[in-house]
Amino acid sequence: MTEESAAGAASGPHVTLADLFLSFCRVGLSGFGGVLPWVRSMLVDERRWLTEEEFVNLLSLCQFLPGGNVMNLAVCVGARFRGALGAVTALTGLMIMPLIIVMCLATLYAEFSTLPAVQALFRGVASAAAGLVLATGIKMALPLRRNARALVFIALTIVAVALLKIPLVWVILLLLPVSFAAAVVLRR
Amino acid sequence: MNDQDVLAELGLRFAIISLMAIGGANAILPEMHRMVVDQHGWMSSETFANLYALAQAAPGPNIMVVTLIGWHVAGIPGALITTAAITVPPSILAYAASQARSRWNRLPWYKSFERAVAPLTVGLVLASAGLLILSTMSGPVSLGITAAVAAFALFTRANPLIPLATAAVLGLLGLV
Repeated sequence: MTEESAAGAASGPHVTLADLFLSFCRVGLSGFGGVLPWVRSMLVDERRWLTEEEFVNLLSLCQFLPGGNVMNLAVCVGARFRGALGAVTALTGLMIMPLIIVMCLATLYAEFSTLPAVQALFRGVASAAAGLVLATGIKMALPLRRNARALVFIALTIVAVALLKIPLVWVILLLLPVSFAAAVVLRR
Repeated sequence: MNDQDVLAELGLRFAIISLMAIGGANAILPEMHRMVVDQHGWMSSETFANLYALAQAAPGPNIMVVTLIGWHVAGIPGALITTAAITVPPSILAYAASQARSRWNRLPWYKSFERAVAPLTVGLVLASAGLLILSTMSGPVSLGITAAVAAFALFTRANPLIPLATAAVLGLLGLV
């Protein structure tokens, strides 16, 4: 067990499986265009299951593990308070409602996607969604903007993926060792 | 391919892709695009962008785009298989990592690894944005919407549903 959960056992909150399920269910229902802001305010501000520092530490682990950040966060938070069963419960809570809603939307889309009005609507929404991804990428790049090493590897990744269309597995296998070596040598 | 082959292919490919999703759904968007549009021809680039927009417009994690891709290719069984394939392998890893984390935290290689991964993650998200812009731009208005929404998300903390809904209205009016 981690030190934090050892401390949590002494003074931390008592979290039941039902708490985990319902809280993550609400996060899943509220997050339009991404759930990260909602899960932070639930964990840190509302339920106070984690301090701000614990949240940041857990999230940075979840950021670079494969899979959705918030999905991984649900697994880690569930595991921390209720073990393996808690991990499954929190993850199910997060996914269940969005899964049902997105399937309903998909059915509607299939029914009506040939209508000109729906196609026109989607051209608008798709352009907007592209803008949201662009903003997310820029926000993520901002903390790295004074780091020449990072900027070089950002550029190399964009060229490899978007222009040369190299499969992701090769991009990771080729660039990650070089990036790792550069991070060790340059110490930043 | 018969139905079962398609389901098996979906499950296997998305399970592998799930382990490459460092940085979440946006990081694997180009890879999914390459697989379902270029390689298998399961959908057009435009449909792919529309499904992504649909996932953005619905509540929940952005990774739900995977559910929609599975649904588009093989109906509800496809949706359930791709969702399970994208969820289960990373969750097992995350569970193992959450147990080991306090030991890694203090190791220098862990810090270096984090610094090495960060620019790749950012590059993948920006590459996704590039691919989405290329597949959605149909003229100055659609590019303008993309730029305006990006600026909105960068400079305000308001709900992203506001620009998405505005863009939907502009589309409905036939302006895009």
